Amino acid sequence: MQVDMFKRVPVREQEPKVRATNFEEVCYGYNLEEAQAEASRCLNCKNARCISGCPVNINIPAFISQIKEGNIEQAYQVISEFSALPAICGRVCPQESQCEKYCVRGIKGDAVSIGKLERFAADWATQNNIMPKGSEEKNGKKVAVIGSGPSGLTCAGDLAKLGYDVTIFEALHEAGGVLVYGIPEFRLPKKKVVAAEIEKIKALGVKIETNVVVGKAVKIDELIEKEGFDAVFIGSGAGLPRFMNIPGETANGVMSANEYLTRSNLMKAYLDDYKTPIAAGTKVAVVGGGNVAMDAARTALRLGAEVHIVYRRSEEELPARVEEVHHAKEEGVIFDLLTNPKEILVDEDGNVSGMVCIKMELGEPDESGRRSPVEVPGSEFTMDLDTVIMSLGTSPNPLISSTTTGLEVNKRKCIVVQEETGATTKAGVYAGGDAVTGAATVILAMGAGKTAAKGIHEYLTK
Amino acid sequence: MYKIVRKEQLSEKIYLMDVVAPRVAASCLPGQFVIVKIDDKGERIPLTICDYDREKETVTIVFQEVGESTILMKNLEVGDGFEDFVGPLGCESELCHESKEELEKKNILFVAGGVGTAPVYPQVKWLHENGYDADVIIGARSKDIIILEEEMKKVAKNVYVCTDDGSYGFKGNGCDMIKELVGNQGKKYDLVVAIGPVIMMKFTSLLTKELGIKTVVSMNPIMVDGTGMCGACRLVVGGEVKFACVDGPEFDGHLVDFDGAMKRQRMYKTQEGRAILALEEGDTHKNGGCGCGGDK
Ligand SMILES: Cc1cc2nc3c(=O)[nH]c(=O)nc-3n(C[C@H](O)[C@H](O)[C@H](O)COP(=O)(O)OP(=O)(O)OC[C@H]3O[C@@H](n4cnc5c(N)ncnc54)[C@H](O)[C@@H]3O)c2cc1C
Ligand code: FES
Repeated sequence: MQVDMFKRVPVREQEPKVRATNFEEVCYGYNLEEAQAEASRCLNCKNARCISGCPVNINIPAFISQIKEGNIEQAYQVISEFSALPAICGRVCPQESQCEKYCVRGIKGDAVSIGKLERFAADWATQNNIMPKGSEEKNGKKVAVIGSGPSGLTCAGDLAKLGYDVTIFEALHEAGGVLVYGIPEFRLPKKKVVAAEIEKIKALGVKIETNVVVGKAVKIDELIEKEGFDAVFIGSGAGLPRFMNIPGETANGVMSANEYLTRSNLMKAYLDDYKTPIAAGTKVAVVGGGNVAMDAARTALRLGAEVHIVYRRSEEELPARVEEVHHAKEEGVIFDLLTNPKEILVDEDGNVSGMVCIKMELGEPDESGRRSPVEVPGSEFTMDLDTVIMSLGTSPNPLISSTTTGLEVNKRKCIVVQEETGATTKAGVYAGGDAVTGAATVILAMGAGKTAAKGIHEYLTK
Repeated sequence: MYKIVRKEQLSEKIYLMDVVAPRVAASCLPGQFVIVKIDDKGERIPLTICDYDREKETVTIVFQEVGESTILMKNLEVGDGFEDFVGPLGCESELCHESKEELEKKNILFVAGGVGTAPVYPQVKWLHENGYDADVIIGARSKDIIILEEEMKKVAKNVYVCTDDGSYGFKGNGCDMIKELVGNQGKKYDLVVAIGPVIMMKFTSLLTKELGIKTVVSMNPIMVDGTGMCGACRLVVGGEVKFACVDGPEFDGHLVDFDGAMKRQRMYKTQEGRAILALEEGDTHKNGGCGCGGDK
């Protein structure tokens, strides 16, 4: 295969027109030949800057050089020393602002496609039934992990590798957190990728008990005092949706992105033989500009709607990954930027009939450095709609913090921890991921799970 | 799997089941609910807990056949089970937090509408077990939908049965019965707990407001997760948006926006109607539900 050292080997994708009508994965990933060709672009830098760009410090040149040599199993084992969920990270990490941002190749051309190579090695391992290496001996200590999102799975996997007896408690009927209820099938296949990665964590000896809402069915204090857990990790995420508090918001047809995505992903409402209904909408506005908004918009598109992203700042400020915005545009999502909703119009049956919006312009930069949008007087206009999906961010659920003694939270309801260890203000209880930071990313949640696993190990062996 | 160990048909369309669910049975209190899912492809259905046995580790649910999923549910038999059964969800009834002295001072009237009798039962029973007996009105359209009357009599002070068509007990609806008790019989109540179809809770609350009696209702909006994650269950109480699954399901009946709640319940009505028709294939479709839209 001919390789241009300045250009990355292109990755095959489903045609935009075709994929906008189905839920199959958008990106096909590399095959062996393509992966080896792309791997050959890696300069194997001595002082590899990409590693420091990775929140879990995967030894990137080491696994890429194994791919170059064709030793895919070894490549996978290198990655799995650092990351418990490589097939997932390879798909959803914002590599452009992490590892790939620091790639030397990127100075004069395209950075090496590290994410796509990670995905390739991980998928290859799944296809060939390669499991990560676990611990031979159990140490007899029990750890409870609350929540089965990336932080909980990572923490559980790392502790199991150290010989701990780990049980994950998950409130929903399926393990995976945002990976199963939030991120759509076309970006992260549930069976082929998420379930397969979770199987690998179970293979390390981790038990998963679904349908247990900690704080309701059992409290953390009871897990420690009655069920004999020596330590607890809280990875309960940031699942509480925000609304705008504008008139008309309780109308039928106004949903949080969490509701829309949960119905479609977790409950598989897009498939006929699943019972959960979804009011897909024919003309849909998604309010917000993050990854979640893109996912909701592209889901609505696939369910047959005309979809508008309504975002109050400009394209440059869109918090979503560049790749997601690009994919959404290719598929036909319409971007109404510098636009902000004022009111949702409701018909007499209580259904959405439209939304009054106002045009915005960018003013002076605010504390975060982003230019804050201000209304353009007199620029109100009405959009005809039957569905409005609110994607304005989420915050941590207070269920756990309000039912656990001695657990400190900050004013945003985020659990307060020591950064180096993940320790909370309650002895033996650790936390990480979105429950601590507020909505962030898969890899940061995994990093926090890793840190806490180390912290718990130190706590229980000191 | 969460196994069904008892099943009873309480009326033409109302069923009762005891389900083995150790964690729920160990921790639940009156007023709380569970979410059940029949199988891999099923939807998550919220149901109020109707009774529980901490020793046998079972939870009792009662449901009315109203939609496709409840039809599939009634086809389950003893020995079958639910793939998923999660709870307890929501807040326990406020009564659980009151001291004995406070309770003794109170005259409480429960108003149960149709299948709403099921969630009323554990509250009355809980009070009874704590040495306090309440009055209960059980109301329904007609005699054949009156459920749990005998059970209720064992734990309540007085049980008043009323039917809209007069086929059994007092002729009239719950509101007429309240008027009869308070107006004609001179009974005094400090608290009314009304559970049933939204329309019935609405009119009960309007009446008790006039009568100046504090009123608690139990709302059953559309839900998905039941843990505060989606907002499908939101409703307006005293001008503020609340999530019924975590802030409720019980609210002050004098503050709930019932009209808004009824509109939201209709959200999936047509879709569900179509699903039922598909399931019954050509059978003359007769919606026998109380019209509340919920499965409670
Ligand atoms: C639609 C969407 C798209 C996203 N896209 C991306 C992306 O492309 N790239 C990226 O890096 N990040 C993305 N994110 C963010 C990322 O998914 C999260 O930052 C990450 O999943 C957080 O992991 P976590 O382990 O902290 O929590 P979560 O994944 O939220 O998992 C928490 C789990 O805990 C469970 N839980 C909560 N409370 C309890 C309780 N009381 N008892 C028991 N269990 C409980 C929840 O049910 C859930 O399963 C996206 C998020 C969403 C919603
Ligand atoms: S049911 Fe989802 S928030 Fe209440």
